[in-house]
Amino acid sequence: MSLNTQGRPTRPEVSADPGAYADTFSGSRGLDQAEPLIFERASFGNTGVDLPEPKGAKTRLGGLERENALGLPGLTEPEAMRHYVRLSRKNYAIDLGLYPLGSCTMKHNPRLNEKIARLPGFAELHPLQPDSTTQGALELIDRLAHWLRTLTNMPAVAMSPGAGAHGELCGLMAIRAALEARGDARKRVLVPESAHGTNPATAAMCGYGVDSIPANAEGRVDLAALKAKLGPDVAALMLTNPNTCGLFERDIIEVAQAVHAAGAFFYCDGANFNAIVGRVRPGDLGIDAMHINLHKTFSTPHGGGGPGSGPVVFSAALAPFVPLPYVVHEADGYRLVEQAEGAARPFGRLKGFHGQMGMFIRALAYMMSHGADGLRQVAEDAVLNANYILASLKDVLSPAFAGPCMHEALFDDRFLKDTGVTTLDFAKAMIDEGYHPMTMYFPLVVHGALLIEPTETESKDALDEFIGTLRHLAERAKAGDRERFLAAPSLAPRRRLDETAAARKPVLRWRPAPPASAAAE
Amino acid sequence: MRYLPLTPDDRAAMLAAIGVRSIDDLFEDVPAAARLKDTVDLPDHMTELEVERALSKLAGKNVPAGSVPFFVGAGAYRHHIPSTVDHLIQRSEFLTAYTPYQPEISQGTLQTLFEFQTQVAMLTGMGVANASMYDGSTACAEAVLMAARVTRRKKAVLAGSLHPHYAAVARTTAKYQDIEFAASKPDLDGLSGLKELIDGETACVVVQTPDVFGRLHDLGEIAAAAHEKGALLIAVFTEPVAFGLVKNPGEMGADIAVGEGQSIGVGLNFGGPYVGLFACKDDRAFIRNMPGRLAGETVDADGRRGYVLTLSTREQHIRREKATSNICTNSGLCALAFTIHMTLLGEAGLTRLARLNHEAACALQDRLAGVPGVKPATGAFFNEFTLRLPKPAAGVVDALAARGVLGGVPASRLYPGAGLDDLLIVAATETNTEADMAAFETALREVLR
Repeated sequence: MSLNTQGRPTRPEVSADPGAYADTFSGSRGLDQAEPLIFERASFGNTGVDLPEPKGAKTRLGGLERENALGLPGLTEPEAMRHYVRLSRKNYAIDLGLYPLGSCTMKHNPRLNEKIARLPGFAELHPLQPDSTTQGALELIDRLAHWLRTLTNMPAVAMSPGAGAHGELCGLMAIRAALEARGDARKRVLVPESAHGTNPATAAMCGYGVDSIPANAEGRVDLAALKAKLGPDVAALMLTNPNTCGLFERDIIEVAQAVHAAGAFFYCDGANFNAIVGRVRPGDLGIDAMHINLHKTFSTPHGGGGPGSGPVVFSAALAPFVPLPYVVHEADGYRLVEQAEGAARPFGRLKGFHGQMGMFIRALAYMMSHGADGLRQVAEDAVLNANYILASLKDVLSPAFAGPCMHEALFDDRFLKDTGVTTLDFAKAMIDEGYHPMTMYFPLVVHGALLIEPTETESKDALDEFIGTLRHLAERAKAGDRERFLAAPSLAPRRRLDETAAARKPVLRWRPAPPASAAAE
Repeated sequence: MRYLPLTPDDRAAMLAAIGVRSIDDLFEDVPAAARLKDTVDLPDHMTELEVERALSKLAGKNVPAGSVPFFVGAGAYRHHIPSTVDHLIQRSEFLTAYTPYQPEISQGTLQTLFEFQTQVAMLTGMGVANASMYDGSTACAEAVLMAARVTRRKKAVLAGSLHPHYAAVARTTAKYQDIEFAASKPDLDGLSGLKELIDGETACVVVQTPDVFGRLHDLGEIAAAAHEKGALLIAVFTEPVAFGLVKNPGEMGADIAVGEGQSIGVGLNFGGPYVGLFACKDDRAFIRNMPGRLAGETVDADGRRGYVLTLSTREQHIRREKATSNICTNSGLCALAFTIHMTLLGEAGLTRLARLNHEAACALQDRLAGVPGVKPATGAFFNEFTLRLPKPAAGVVDALAARGVLGGVPASRLYPGAGLDDLLIVAATETNTEADMAAFETALREVLR
């Protein structure tokens, strides 16, 4: 997450001189190979899949046979392989280097987890098979639920949400259901200014107005301001902890007490759970609901944008409202509950079938690999690595707040003052040095923010190289090497892209060129 | 611990560099009452071999689709996936990349998303498509919310044969948006009485084809009825392979087309992760109201073509409470699997695959219709159909499973208490052999005897 209202879109000058890329006939540059769109290859009618000849039997389609061609191109297997491998090489990846995106927890993705998720006993299960044929899968969901409840000391968990934002929706819907169940209509949700954009967006989807809570000078929730905003129309507080400044909310227990005293619920955005897993249990802090991004803390691969998985743990007060479906363990085995029964008052259903099973498998394999001892070490090493970066850069960059951080180190852009180099320019120069930039311009409460989350899976050597690179760049910026920053990146598969043009005249798909004679549509 | 590179010496050196005595000093902001002194009550770490052994044991307690004659559908379908797909999506550069927010070093993901969007638009016959949603059900819910924004109306009309999970997810997601829902009867037709529900307040009519019973619908008439009242037609699908053979939503007048992409490239995975497909008309007002990410084409500073995430002023990280949706993480890697499989198929392969599916379903229906007491209950269908049985289908499915046949989904599981207990929903695909079908027929004869 690196764009926001402060992040200016880039509108680079298009150079009249086509530059170094014109030097080759092919458009490729060594191993950086040019690759056209599949639609631009003469591949219509081709296929990379051998299928038997259909028998040509009479159809029973009720006269609904398709009449027009779809226009989908096909590639044979070797062509397809080359197309996607070439494209893959234009991506940065955690397997290639440190990926310091704050708030995103880009850690190593163990391949054992991939292997287990692909066992036919998991991968080839249909969600609507009889329970008697999926006992191992239901047991796995139940076991993962147990780990999540134990790690958080919360009595209930909803497993079905598809990702973090979906988990937020699940949490707030349960809160609204609980409030309505006691006949208590409330109108507002309090969200700190530093929150992820998903928090206010989720509150709005639940029909709540959003009220901002300012941060204090120490980057934490201003307790007095919070108390002043609490009242009988406040449904919930949504707070990230550790917060998006990478700081633990010291007053969190008092915050919880104040929220509860006002009759509201305390929702915690668990995006930063990696900092405290195994060392602090959210249930001990007075939290009523918290989503857990399995694709962050528990290392299911981010896959270029997803899939994720966002189970939500709940306090006893919210437990009856957990959505359908869920798994129960009974004398004769595990059973999937798909309709409301007993005292449960599920607020509804958030997703088809039962949740992101493939992610559950990977997350449980990851948890079992670490165990209770290893997960505690995860949090400690994640915090240690971030503090090492903070301590090693504090003399050349400008830390946003004093004191130690949790799992991510936050800097502002004061160190770039009068250099003519912006946070964005600085980040783009990191690309030429072989690094993915950190999260930029987020959180919004810090000017020109640079948020660095190394995670626990970086070695000290890797951190030292990264620190050395950032020190060098900071020194170059201060030394007046502005041009280099403005031109960056110049060594990546592309230079800065014109996002303004992309948004002004959106081209969202390829279209065939109209025949020369045809009139425009 | 094999995933943690720091050595005890490293930790000591780093603590010294930071200027603290122990790791506990870095957790000093945690209230004392909440600091765990010891590890939580869970097992300690395990070796790779131990984890593999323990979880393989769990996998072994399940009956996977490939091990038995298998005919389960109703929203997720078993198809053969070329091995190239799984190899490519495990390339480190795809698997372990983040959302492509830094386009200069994410062109691989961005170009594949642009190709994915184009393929989804072509397949559904729509103008544009987004970069994916969590699954078909959430795509459907988002489509209802989008229709309400576009039309500034607050009523959604659902066909009774819309997958009940989709209907439930739409109702839940829209619960606090003041949207009123009306639905036609959940029967085998699902459309009777639907048109009568459309009025001047209606934002959208949501119809699935092939529907949850496998039945194909011509949406032309319902599209006209919706448009006449100023409402949008949302066409839903759970089996995209169908569009290799039958008319797609665009051809039948849909304004928004949403559905499940799992059939192409993704696999069953016990229900997730899947990939929600979301397409709509190429209309400015529609596009500005779309949920989710969009990849778009542009140029870089050297004038070279490249791709970026665009129109993000719709999204939560910019617009916060005014965003079109709260979605952030989507289903990127499943979208990649979909687009690779679709590229391998091409139109020629997709058309043939669709025909093989349809022929398998026709052959299976003919076989099963010969079992005493069994009556086909779906008219036009693609690769899935519904049978009326002489006794409750739930018990029949369990008895079939006991005989080693996974013989479909009882309608009562999806529509409990709706009086559909004797209906069995059966799917056939290119993966079913003659022997599978014969085994199903034999087992069904035994169970119904």
